[in-house]
Amino acid sequence: MATIYIENEPRQADSNQNLLHVLLSLGYDLPYFCWHPALGSVGACRQCAVKQFRNEQDTAGKIVIACMTPAADGTRVSIKDPEAAEFRAAVIQGLMQNHPHDCPVCDEGGECHLQDMTVMTGHCSRHYRFTKRTFRNQYLGPLLNHEMNRCIQCQRCVRFYRDYAGGHDLNAFRLRDTVYFGRFEDGVLENEFSGNLAEVCPTGVFTDATLKRHYTRKWDLQMAPSVCVHCAAGCNISVGERYGTLRRVVNRYNHAVNGYFLCDRGRFGYEFVNSDQRIRECLLGGEPTELTRAMFRLGTLLRDGNCIGIGSPRASLESNFALRQLVGPDHFYAGVADEEWSVTLAALEVLKHGPAPSPSLDEIEHCDAVLVLGEDVTNVLPLMALRLRQSVRQQPVRKATDLHIPLWLDHAVRELVQDERGPLFIASPSVTRLDDVATEVLRAAPSGLARLGFAVAHALDPDAPAAPDLSSEVEAVAGRIAAALRSARSPLVISGTSCGSRELVEAAAQVAWALCKTGKPARLSFCFPECNSAGLALMRPRPLSAAFQAMQRGSADTVIILENDLYRRGSVAEVSTLLDTARHVVVLDHLKNRTTGKAELVLPAGAFAETDGTLVNNELRAQRFFQAFPPQGEVRASWHWLSNSLIPELPAGTCSWRTLDDIVSAIANEMPDLAPIEHAAPSRKELGKVAREPNRYSGRTSILANISVHEPKPPEDLDSALAFSMESGPQPPPSALIPFFWSPGWNSIQSVNKFQGEVGGPLRGGDPGVRLIDQKAEIAWQYFSATPPAFQPNSDEWLLLPHFHIFGSEELSRQAPAISELVPRAYVGLNATDAALLGVKSGELIKVTIGDSVHELEASLRTDVPRGVALLPAGIPPVDNLSLPARGRLSPLRAAVYGFAK
Amino acid sequence: MLTAEEQKEINEELAHYPNKQAVCIDAMLIVQRRRGWVSDEDIHDIAEFLGMSTADLDGVATFYNLIRRKPVGRHVALICDSVSCWIMGCERVRDQLCARLGTTLGGSTADGRFTLLPNVCLGACDHAPVMMIDGDLYTNLDERQIDPILDRYK
Amino acid sequence: MSPMERPLTSNLRPDGNAVDIAAYERAGGYEGLRKALTMQPQDVTELVKRSSLKGRGGAGFPTGMKWSFVPMGANAPKPKYLVANADEMEPGTFKDRVLMEGDPHQLIEGMTVAAYAIQAEVGYIFLRGEYRCSAQRLRAAVAEAKERGFLGHNILGSGFGFELHLHISAGRYICGEETALLNALEGKRAHPRTKPPFPQVSGLWGKPTIVQNVETLCNVHHIVNKGPEWFRTLSRSGDGGTKLYGVSGKVNRPGLWELPLGTTLREILEEHAGGMRDGLRFRGVLPGGASTDFLVEQHLDTPMDYTEVQKAGSRLGTGTMVILDEGTCPVGMVWNLEHFFAQESCGWCTPCWSGLAWTEKILLAMEYGKAEESDLDTLRFQTKFLAPGNTFCAFAPGAVEPLQSALKYFSGDFHRHIEEKRCPWR
Ligand SMILES: Cc1cc2nc3c(=O)[nH]c(=O)nc-3n(C[C@H](O)[C@H](O)[C@H](O)COP(=O)(O)O)c2cc1C
Ligand code: SF4
Ligand code: FES
Repeated sequence: MATIYIENEPRQADSNQNLLHVLLSLGYDLPYFCWHPALGSVGACRQCAVKQFRNEQDTAGKIVIACMTPAADGTRVSIKDPEAAEFRAAVIQGLMQNHPHDCPVCDEGGECHLQDMTVMTGHCSRHYRFTKRTFRNQYLGPLLNHEMNRCIQCQRCVRFYRDYAGGHDLNAFRLRDTVYFGRFEDGVLENEFSGNLAEVCPTGVFTDATLKRHYTRKWDLQMAPSVCVHCAAGCNISVGERYGTLRRVVNRYNHAVNGYFLCDRGRFGYEFVNSDQRIRECLLGGEPTELTRAMFRLGTLLRDGNCIGIGSPRASLESNFALRQLVGPDHFYAGVADEEWSVTLAALEVLKHGPAPSPSLDEIEHCDAVLVLGEDVTNVLPLMALRLRQSVRQQPVRKATDLHIPLWLDHAVRELVQDERGPLFIASPSVTRLDDVATEVLRAAPSGLARLGFAVAHALDPDAPAAPDLSSEVEAVAGRIAAALRSARSPLVISGTSCGSRELVEAAAQVAWALCKTGKPARLSFCFPECNSAGLALMRPRPLSAAFQAMQRGSADTVIILENDLYRRGSVAEVSTLLDTARHVVVLDHLKNRTTGKAELVLPAGAFAETDGTLVNNELRAQRFFQAFPPQGEVRASWHWLSNSLIPELPAGTCSWRTLDDIVSAIANEMPDLAPIEHAAPSRKELGKVAREPNRYSGRTSILANISVHEPKPPEDLDSALAFSMESGPQPPPSALIPFFWSPGWNSIQSVNKFQGEVGGPLRGGDPGVRLIDQKAEIAWQYFSATPPAFQPNSDEWLLLPHFHIFGSEELSRQAPAISELVPRAYVGLNATDAALLGVKSGELIKVTIGDSVHELEASLRTDVPRGVALLPAGIPPVDNLSLPARGRLSPLRAAVYGFAK
Repeated sequence: MLTAEEQKEINEELAHYPNKQAVCIDAMLIVQRRRGWVSDEDIHDIAEFLGMSTADLDGVATFYNLIRRKPVGRHVALICDSVSCWIMGCERVRDQLCARLGTTLGGSTADGRFTLLPNVCLGACDHAPVMMIDGDLYTNLDERQIDPILDRYK
Repeated sequence: MSPMERPLTSNLRPDGNAVDIAAYERAGGYEGLRKALTMQPQDVTELVKRSSLKGRGGAGFPTGMKWSFVPMGANAPKPKYLVANADEMEPGTFKDRVLMEGDPHQLIEGMTVAAYAIQAEVGYIFLRGEYRCSAQRLRAAVAEAKERGFLGHNILGSGFGFELHLHISAGRYICGEETALLNALEGKRAHPRTKPPFPQVSGLWGKPTIVQNVETLCNVHHIVNKGPEWFRTLSRSGDGGTKLYGVSGKVNRPGLWELPLGTTLREILEEHAGGMRDGLRFRGVLPGGASTDFLVEQHLDTPMDYTEVQKAGSRLGTGTMVILDEGTCPVGMVWNLEHFFAQESCGWCTPCWSGLAWTEKILLAMEYGKAEESDLDTLRFQTKFLAPGNTFCAFAPGAVEPLQSALKYFSGDFHRHIEEKRCPWR
């Protein structure tokens, strides 16, 4: 801590920080562009100038650039100083010299940092009278629009895209006042985090292309705090609606989880909510029906027959719980394939009963040695990958500290560190998107990866059982990994469910535990496939195969399926048998799919932006999402459907919740593991109102004027303190209930500064969400003793592994038009040597037979895949109905393709 | 495609630096020396050879003025337009050149013989005005010398 | 003057060819290196410190002091680098070229001694691309020196090794700025880097690096050979050594001379450059290249050294002068200069890329009689906006030096352009 003097007033400041960071943290308004709390300082824009004085006697002072000046003890500065103020206005004048002044037609208008900063400096009239430079814009793909004439050359885009996110296809070209930020040639931006450019860019150069199709100004959006449903990271998002459709998703800062960034799947996947495949009415026998008839039918089915329920890893805790209560815990089944169910449970056991805690994404970023076992993190849990990309800098940047180079001095640190990276070992069946920053990569089938894990554990602690018959090569790798983890301050092991291998989960635990045992504060993190995979598993559902059996045994008549296309969970034959055997099929879901097509009764389930609920992310952090707008038609939250307020004749007390608070406390009472979720966000009782609509929300009284000039009473929200209006209490909302970031003078998302205790730190009042498991100090545990046998390639029986794709593997985002453009075609990926033995060339068709399902897929030859293993794209039609991993046969189809031999 | 000779020369430069990125400027100059300029295709080839992205490489290429991203004539004349040459009348020399060759500064002759480029101070200010054609320096220029000099370059 | 008094240029051949290694050695070449290798590295630095040699690249920082910031000893990062700044792109400057073309071994010897002092293992000569002749001769000289054991592994059996490479630049004035130069050497866009950390601590590829002007380096082995006291006596000023002074513009004998540091402007102009040509009157001079303030008649008796030129309101810079005569339009000249600077701005910091573009446009408009009175305010404003400390590097403050002094000394000419709506010289 240091004492610095601002306008002659002493204030306490973090001496390890720069003046801009400190001044913003203390609540001062100081304009800036090139600096970003996650990217550090480079001193390019010169916007953040202040006057610095040597001592109390010095009245002249000199202009310094706040973001480049350390907040050393005794520093004296003035923001108000007229010369400094004049300089800042001059900088804006310079920045605006070539700017097109096209705010009315700019998508950034009304939430533009450049607008805000221009107003803040007082620059308000244009003197430059010469021609402006103009550029040609590029096509950058379906996610972002490009308008380079608005550029102010702050360098943020390339610093985020290249330095931070590791992208290579965006760069700065040329120099002087004609620097061009774009690609070498038109084309889709390759980096999975490109959407952040829309927020990182302080003006309208990079804007959300999906928003453009249904454009609305920020001030006209009705917004709510939400949680992304497109993977298990649980990134916090703010969602905005207008006229009954969801318009966009932006980052909602949560220091512990996503920080300032989102992945492109999360940012652009939202459009499924507006899909024309949405189910908006109750369907009985495929035909729309009235709510009362539908509910009467459901009531009858529940009363008459034995019901089973199938839960969902993409539905909220509340909705899963409602179904579980409705059918009874013994009839509640996991809506996921058995392998995934068992691996997820194994991972939860390990986290619950082992000594290694599950880190937050922020903690992951600060780990300094990492072993990844069996995951392509970028394609499964993208934000974790972005954090890991930063974690490899942890060790090298210590050099900067040794040389007294402050860590916020971004380019100085990067120039010192160059390409040096801390340990990141990636052991996986195929190439991953983080391999470019890995210390070493190792390719093997899942059992081989598990054996490596066991070997690492043994190398760390001889008490951990050894993996027998390892090759000397793998033994050596294990030794290097063990050495790197052992010498780290904060080692981390990552695995997950992608390989469907329980052994892999155990191996990861084994490594982390061996580290713990030898006194290292090791952490252990698992990648789960969906936004509430962990939450569903914590509800202890029975395996899906048991549901199939129950149905076949005839012990149930009715199956109620919650937000789930079962065809993604098992073979066509199995699922069809289940759905055909059931006398009655009831499905609650958002979009029409193969399962709803088989249902007798379909109830329109609200999507995330239309409902409230709680999700448990991969960290095991429970987070609440809130409704942004009342949905059209009969759509409502599944847990609302499944309550005795709607279902007649349900025995009183079975599902007696009316509001979110009711069902949350019912869950807390019923399930000790989930008891903390009451604290995931404040209850409705605890708070006054929080406005979903910004102060300048327009057309409030005329929005329905074509129908009626009476101003309708805004709908009441019984589930949360959020109001469907501009009505708000005097207090700022608690962190979990911030619908959007805005502060007077700060209309852009950069206003988040005003919501943090310290810039870049946790939100005031703590980051939203609550951890469900916290490690107790004294925990009794034991090593796993069974090391798996080595994998034997077998040309009659291939091991078919799922290969995940950020765009395509997740069910809902695939239905968003922009994302759907980026989904790869299905293929079968196999080793070139194997392919040669099969006599298959790249691009030729291969028949893939798994059980009774047969697919013809293009061969994609690769060098990374181990022999005897083949990859199929996870969740991508036509193979989205396979539950992988699986064993299967591959046979070439060349003759069939060409019709005759040459 | 980079020729074997170009690859060899680039590889020789690689020995002088700790990483591949460092030779990217040399590599572009090596290619340019043979081909006159660096085309989009060359950018692809060099980037691939050095394990860089095209955006990385072209970001560098477009920063430096001696890397030419547009085709040039068989001979390139760099006409110094900096202060000493300006004082000594480089504008007259320039106008004469443009008139004789029928092209503008920055342009090329229709027959592909010459490209005229402005250049910053060539470091021969005591003999201003000066120009450099294909590496040959011509000093103390006046209008009368232009024709005989141009005649040397066919 | 005896060769003793012109250490840098006494070897130069009248025919303009390069001195080869045999001739160089005959004239006492590589003696400084032999001697240095017998000393402790830190003692070499100490000698250079005592010589009060200041950098000849423009900034005038004491060379020995710069070296003393380099981490030394067994724990110092490896490798360390030494770079000769042979970018020489400052308009009006042509001194380093003469040294490299005429006596390439002198630079090599100076570099090897400097490398020894800081224990650098690798060196680069960062040479501007247009200097084809220098490139050829340096390449040949490096090969000769290597063959004779003055470069490479285990130099002259001393155990010290130094690899020297020639790097041909692809242009851009900003590459002369030492940190931008480092980015250029790394094959990147040549934006300057943040200082601190200084290159001495974290430079090329993050390793300790010294960047030094060619002329500076050419002095080093002479200092070792003949001693710092001798070096100081060469000068007529507080700082040691001779200086290469150049003159261009409409004088009778434009050229370059090695003279005692502190020779007066008048002496250089009248005795060496032969005075103004064709009876033209002298109006002003950029004393140290394009990025220095104009001096005018009243300053002609200023001794050309770091302190005195500064006192007169300008900078010694590179010591190569550009003369403005009465037949030349000062506004046009300043336009030419600002055109150069606007074109060469690296585009990193706002004041520079925006301010110089605007400045250039105004000056061009003025030359064509299209400027307004308020444009003068904008010009004056830009000179303050681009002042030292306001921009990321020293480029922009240098860029507005000629403009600010022209506005002071030639304000009548600016007004005439506006009032007469034309350039009176065109
Ligand atoms: C814009 C700019 C251009 C420069 N160009 C050169 C140059 O061409 N040659 C040079 O030696 N120094 C140049 N310098 C100075 C260098 O940054 C650096 O100070 C110098 O190379 C250090 O060497 P010295 O101490 O031997 O002078 C330039 C500085 C600036 C700001
Ligand atoms: S002053 Fe700024 S824009 Fe100009 S050259 Fe220096 S860093 Fe680049
Ligand atoms: S924010 Fe400080 S210079 Fe850009």
